[in-house]
Amino acid sequence: MTTLLQRRELLVAGIGLAVSWRAAATPAEMDAAILDFTGGAPVREGKIGFEVAPLVENGNTVPITLSVDSPMSASDHVQAIALFNSGNPQPQVALFRLGPRAGKAIVSMRMRLATSQKLTAVARLSDGSHWSRTVDVVVTLAACVEG
Amino acid sequence: MARALINMPTTARRAEVIEIRTLISHPMETGYRRDSDGALQARDILRRFTCRYDGEIVFSAELHAAIAANPYISFHTVALASGVISFSWEGDNGFAQTESRTLAVT
Repeated sequence: MTTLLQRRELLVAGIGLAVSWRAAATPAEMDAAILDFTGGAPVREGKIGFEVAPLVENGNTVPITLSVDSPMSASDHVQAIALFNSGNPQPQVALFRLGPRAGKAIVSMRMRLATSQKLTAVARLSDGSHWSRTVDVVVTLAACVEG
Repeated sequence: MARALINMPTTARRAEVIEIRTLISHPMETGYRRDSDGALQARDILRRFTCRYDGEIVFSAELHAAIAANPYISFHTVALASGVISFSWEGDNGFAQTESRTLAVT
């Protein structure tokens, strides 16, 4: 019985090692990265459109479109949109800087996903307010972090 | 020179919002992958993308390792006047490339 328990403990320890070796960003690191972007300003949910497939077959290239509900005028526009993730090795994905000359606050790109995780987009508007949107994505084939 | 694709209209009406789609061939090696010997492969990514319209920055992006290989970025800009729109990518190992396209505004 004791040997069985030890085996189980070993198994659990092994899983723990495997997880730490992957060196994924933790949700706490993602929160820290978001705080770094907002500078501690309050973040409200809303205004952001986040297009991504909820079930991703190939994590090596995942199309994402971010949009912000904004007239993009000189007095009321989006200054920046930042994208963060909770499960890749680094919490930051990309930071887009826009202005009234962008015309529309719509940005598309393709990212990697190492595992199923949460993605958070945060937008900074010209009035200093911050808005966020978080989505969960499930990945069936992860991007090759291990190579 | 890396192969870059830029898809945007060549003509636009004044004040029209045009979509610009860009793609550049680049491995975006994350620096977290190991080769067959178990050694970490050195990071080689693009860090910055900048779009200038007649010299003025209208859109820019800071990229990290989570961006997929051959970075694709699409965005918009307002067609103000006929001119040159330039696209610059900068990255590790001194990578720098600039492409330009002309836009005729009527």
